[in-house]
Parts: sequence; structure tokens; C-alpha cells
Amino acid sequence: MAIEVPENVVVTKLDELASWCRKNSLWPMPFATACCGIELMATGASKHDLARFGAEVFRFSPRQCDLMIVAGRVVMKMLPVLQRIWQQMHEPKWCISMGACASTGGVFDTYAVVQGIDRFIPVDMYIPGCPPRPEQLIQAIIDLQDKIQREGTIRGAEFELASRQAPKRALVELPTYGRSAAMIGPGR
Amino acid sequence: MSLAPSLERPPQSQDYLWTLNFGPQHPATHTTLRIVLELDGERVVNAIPDIGYLHSGFEKIGEKLDYNQYVTVTDRMNYISPMANNVAWHHAVETLLGIELTPRCKYIRTIICELARISDHLLSTGAMGLDTGAFTFFLYAFYQREVIYDIFETLCGARFTNSYTRVGGVMHDITPQVIEKIRRFVKTFPATIDDLEKLLNRNRIFVDRTRQVGVLTKEEATNWSATGPVARASGVTRDLRKDEPYLAYADFDFQVCCATAGDCFARYYVRMAEMRESLRIIQQAIENLPSGPANIGVDERTTLPSKAQVYQTIEGTITHFELVMLNRGFTVPSEESYAAIEAPNGELGFYVVGDGSDVAYRARCRPPSFIHFSLFPKLIRGHTLSDVVAVLGSLNIIAAELDR
Amino acid sequence: MLDALKTRLGDAALSEFRGQSRAIVPRDDLASTMQWLKDDQGFDLLVDVTCVDYLSYRDAEHRFGLVYLLANTATNERLTIRVYLDEPDLAVPSMCDLWCGANWLEREVFDMFGIEFRGHPNLKRILMPEAFVAHPLRKDYPLQGRGERHNFPVLTREQA
Repeated sequence: MAIEVPENVVVTKLDELASWCRKNSLWPMPFATACCGIELMATGASKHDLARFGAEVFRFSPRQCDLMIVAGRVVMKMLPVLQRIWQQMHEPKWCISMGACASTGGVFDTYAVVQGIDRFIPVDMYIPGCPPRPEQLIQAIIDLQDKIQREGTIRGAEFELASRQAPKRALVELPTYGRSAAMIGPGR
Repeated sequence: MSLAPSLERPPQSQDYLWTLNFGPQHPATHTTLRIVLELDGERVVNAIPDIGYLHSGFEKIGEKLDYNQYVTVTDRMNYISPMANNVAWHHAVETLLGIELTPRCKYIRTIICELARISDHLLSTGAMGLDTGAFTFFLYAFYQREVIYDIFETLCGARFTNSYTRVGGVMHDITPQVIEKIRRFVKTFPATIDDLEKLLNRNRIFVDRTRQVGVLTKEEATNWSATGPVARASGVTRDLRKDEPYLAYADFDFQVCCATAGDCFARYYVRMAEMRESLRIIQQAIENLPSGPANIGVDERTTLPSKAQVYQTIEGTITHFELVMLNRGFTVPSEESYAAIEAPNGELGFYVVGDGSDVAYRARCRPPSFIHFSLFPKLIRGHTLSDVVAVLGSLNIIAAELDR
Repeated sequence: MLDALKTRLGDAALSEFRGQSRAIVPRDDLASTMQWLKDDQGFDLLVDVTCVDYLSYRDAEHRFGLVYLLANTATNERLTIRVYLDEPDLAVPSMCDLWCGANWLEREVFDMFGIEFRGHPNLKRILMPEAFVAHPLRKDYPLQGRGERHNFPVLTREQA
């Protein structure tokens, strides 16, 4: 362009429009492992009807989703799967940690349970409760919509050059349990 | 669908087989389990289940929490019928401690067990319908689950992780509002079952996808330790409610529902029929609910007293302290015992080892889902890939109970 | 049934608690006793196989107690068979040939306690990852584990 457009004006408006579009068409990826998954199903089913908030299109393929809802405890064997699915999702993406188990490990302070998924992947929204009621999940989605409207996509990673995105999206081979040498501690 | 045409070839030329990974994050697994399938075109030659994706150490926690606290963890074991787990756990503990319940408590526990059975069967048949393409059925079923959630919420304040039972009793007595709600449910639910049956029983797609799929014979069912609806669909008549009557089941008139086909449709059909029988039990129990206390008296020093008793009576205060203080607690024999109930999914039992303290030395759960899932490779062999979801749905595998 | 069991195993091996009959079987007789119970006494349902680690149990003489819960579907009798094992020889014959349902139950006991079932078709870990080294339900393994649950790479927003 010949004229130097004040960059911030246009970009801000477009950003807001984009954020508005995004927040009203969240496609959740239900990473339902345990009890919270049943409440997640209840939220999507007839009585609570998540469709009222534009977030009812549950897609089980991570490539099509932009919101991961981790519902239930994540254990040692499952965590590499969770990380892999998080990597497979395209930008922009958000993550809701639903329930006490996903957020902190909950009552399961045991050898196998990961004590909070936020130790290993980024989380945008935490929902307390064991399990949270459907209303709480709906509230979390409304709050996340506010956050998306306010902050946009945080880093604008989706606007990066394709060449810069490629290495991120490439499926980096994460070590599953036991493959890494560090796992085998002394004395066992 | 019957067996896909058999293409048996000598093993040395089996390099045409290809391997498909199914799960652990797949919509039809509902929760987390993984199956590695060896396929010949669309025909499943072999299935290798890989479980443990939700193993969270339930039995190890049972060695740290006392007999009343552990009930909260059992909720999360089979999370589509938590009430049945609560009852199973405390049934096992009371067997170990030698506690006889009051008649009213037995009736209350029977009612909640049967409500849990209905809600479990609603979800398992609903999810099976969902997987085989019947979404409407799922929505109908889930609406009725909400009604049962509502009853449980009025009863104990929690939607579905209830933690309602206590050693020697229940959290608190059943209230007239709950009785009213259960009566209304008993009246309205038969119409819903009729609707549900109309949706699927003669539905061509559903029937074609489930008849003759995953057939289990009677002898195999017993030999593979199957119990509950899975075994009864194959013609096994074993039902602990009739065979070893616990709680108040001896008082009621009900039938054990069996089928002989042993296929996925039979398992679905048995579950639908069991809901009607459960409803009959609930109706008889709620109309004949004995009066009297729900919990064992305070003097026995086994049941936690209510708040009012703790604050207002000296016996209540003493009992509370006796049970809550770290070095007091229950009088537990240094013995081991096993007690089981007929949970919605099959025989759910606990092998409890007491060592004199108020924490179990070992709390082993006998998980029906675990045992039923070991049947899966056998049931699916020779069928097509699309039958995998039908067989999984009919076995009703709950990952938290599978892995514990 | 109980009389037959008494003549076979001797009086001392039998006990009863809250109406449940239990029998202690020496390890060497386990295979033949189980065969006899299934074929001649009609115990056709193997309800459960589990194990108890008596490491910190008061007055315990043995380290492990293997428990088989059997049921007779025709007469509704139940029987608990117990076998005591001590380190280092933790091997018992597998029951997979008698009851197919024993397959996964024995694998779980192997995974959680490290009991070896001789003759098992596929004795591998079932719940814990393959490379896991400890046996979590043993009493000398801590509830919170030994740090295995924290040992994963961290993904940040920049990375993915």
C-alpha cells in the first residue's frame, strides 16, 4: 500500500471482529476421561443445551477444534496422549481444565495421577468442583468468551508465517512413559 | 450383521493384515481405553486391548482413608451409578464389622440401588444407541437421567457423586419430598420406557447392527467370569438379588431378566427389561417403607451421629469423638471378608482386610467392567470394524471401574 | 462340599468368618485342588483373584496371601481359597486353563504385586506402563509414588 495506514486502528478493529466471531463459534474437543465427562455429556444433552452459547459442535478430531475441555483426571499413561492432542490442534486454541482432578489431581493424590494438567500444558480456565455442575461449565465458557473478546488470541500465533508455524505443528515425538532415560530412577 | 465371510489363509501369507489403533481418545470409547485392531480389509482378525489409561490407584487410596471416608472415592469408580458403589462398599464393610442394619435403612438402600440401576442402564443403552447412530434415543434417555439426578440431589445434595451411605446407615433419612419425587418418577417413567422401546426395538438399522454380533454362549459366559446383564443375556440366571438376597430384596416380587441369544441386541434387551423390574421394586419399596430410625442407634457407636445429636446430647458427642478421634474409631476384627451386590454392571464386590484400625488394610474391588472387557477380543473376532462400537456399547465398559 | 474339602485338606486348613468358608491350600497342591474344585465340586465361576501384602500386618507369618474367590452357580455356594507365598519364590501355577476369566485378573495381580503365574499365556503389565519398574500395591511402595508422575516434558504456548 502506498499510504502508511496507522497500523493499530485497522488491526484493532479487525481483531475485535475476529475475536467476536471466534468467541461465538467455539468448537470444543471433549477430552473426557472420567466422571466430569458425564457432566460434560449432560451439558451437551437436552436439559442444559450448550448450543445456546455457540459451543455445541463437539468434534472428536483435534484438527477441527479450538477449545479443549479436559474433563477428568489425567494419569501417567494418558498424559503423552493429551500433549499430543494439544499439539495437533490448530491456533487459535484454548484449554479448559474441568473439575478438581484435571486442575489439581483432586482426591487422587496417588502414584499414577498427574497433579494438575497445567504442569504440562497451558490452561486458560479452571473449573472447580468434583464434578462441576453443568451450569459451572456454561459459566466457564461464557467467561472464556469474555476473555477471547478482551485478549484476542493472546499472541496472534495464527497470523505467523506458515514456515514458522510448521515446526510447531509438526508432531514432535514426545517421549512416552519409560522411553526417556530419566524415568528409570535409582534404586528401582 | 452376521460374521463377515471368512478368509482364513495360512499364517505365513498374512502380510496383507493391517493394524488400526482405536483410542485412547475416541468418541466411541466414551472414556479412555485403547484397542489395537488387526484388520483384514474390514474384518477384525484380532483385537488387543490396552488398558490402564485411567489407572489412578483406587485400591491404594483405600489403604489410607477410613471406612467412612473411602465412600467418596467409590463414587468415582463406576461414575454412572455411584449410589450402587456406595452401597457395595458399605455392604462389604458392614459384613466385616458384623453390623445389622435397620429395616428402614435396608429399604432406602434398596431404592437408591435400583434408581442407580435405572440411570446406569439409561446411559449404557443410550450410549450404545448413540454409537450405532440413534441420537434421539440418547437425548430421551439423558432427559430421564436428569430426573433421577434431581431425586438424588433432593436426597443428599449432590447430583451424581453422592457419597450417601455411611457405616451402619445413611447420611440422613429420606424426606417426604424425595418420596414424593420418587412416586412421581415411578408414575411417569413407564411411558418413557415405552417410547424408548418404540425407538429402538424394531429399528431396522439398530437391529441389523446388533443382532448376531458378539455372540457369547452360556458356558463361555461363566467360564470367563461374566456376571450381570452380560451373563444374563447369554442365559445365565445368576442374579445376586435372588440368589443371595441382601438388603431387603427378599421382600419384593420381581423377576430376573434373561435372554438366550447372547448377542449385542440381547444385552440391550435385558437392560431395557431390567429397568421395568427395577421400577417394580422401587414401587413396592416406597409404598412399604418401614418407619423407625434410618441409622443404627447412637449407643452402638458405629454410625456417625447427626449434627443435632452431636450438639445437643451427651451420647451423640461421645460417639462422635469415639469415631472421629484418630486412635479410637470402629472395632474391627483382624479378619478378611468379601461381600458383593448385584450392581447394574454385574457383581460388584469388595474384599476388605481389617487389621484392627479404622482404615482398611486392603480394599480390593471386584470390578465387573474389567472382567467384561477381557471378553472383548473374543466377541469381536471375525466381525467387521463397524461392529466394534456396538460390542463396546453393549458391554458397557466404564473406564474408571476398568482401571481403578 | 465342606466335608469333602475337610477330608482333602485337613481340619486345620478350613475356617469360617461371617458365614464365608475359607480354605488355606499349600502352593504345591493349588493346581490339583483347583482342578478338583472345578470338575468335581462344581465351582464353575471364578469371581476374583487378588492378593494381600502382609508386610506390615500384625502377627503375619507370610509376606503375600493370594486369594481366589470361587462360586458355584448351581448351588450358590462360595469358597475362598488362600495361598501364602514368601519372597523370593513368588510363583504359582496359572489358572487360565481352568477359567478363561483368570487371564486378566492374574495379569493385574502380577502388575500390582509381582506374583508370577507360571503357564500364563501373556503375563505382561496390564494397568501400569510397560516400563514401570515397581509394583504399586506392595506395602513398601509409597502412595504418592516415587516421582514418576512428574516426569514428563512441559509444553508451553510457544511450543505448540
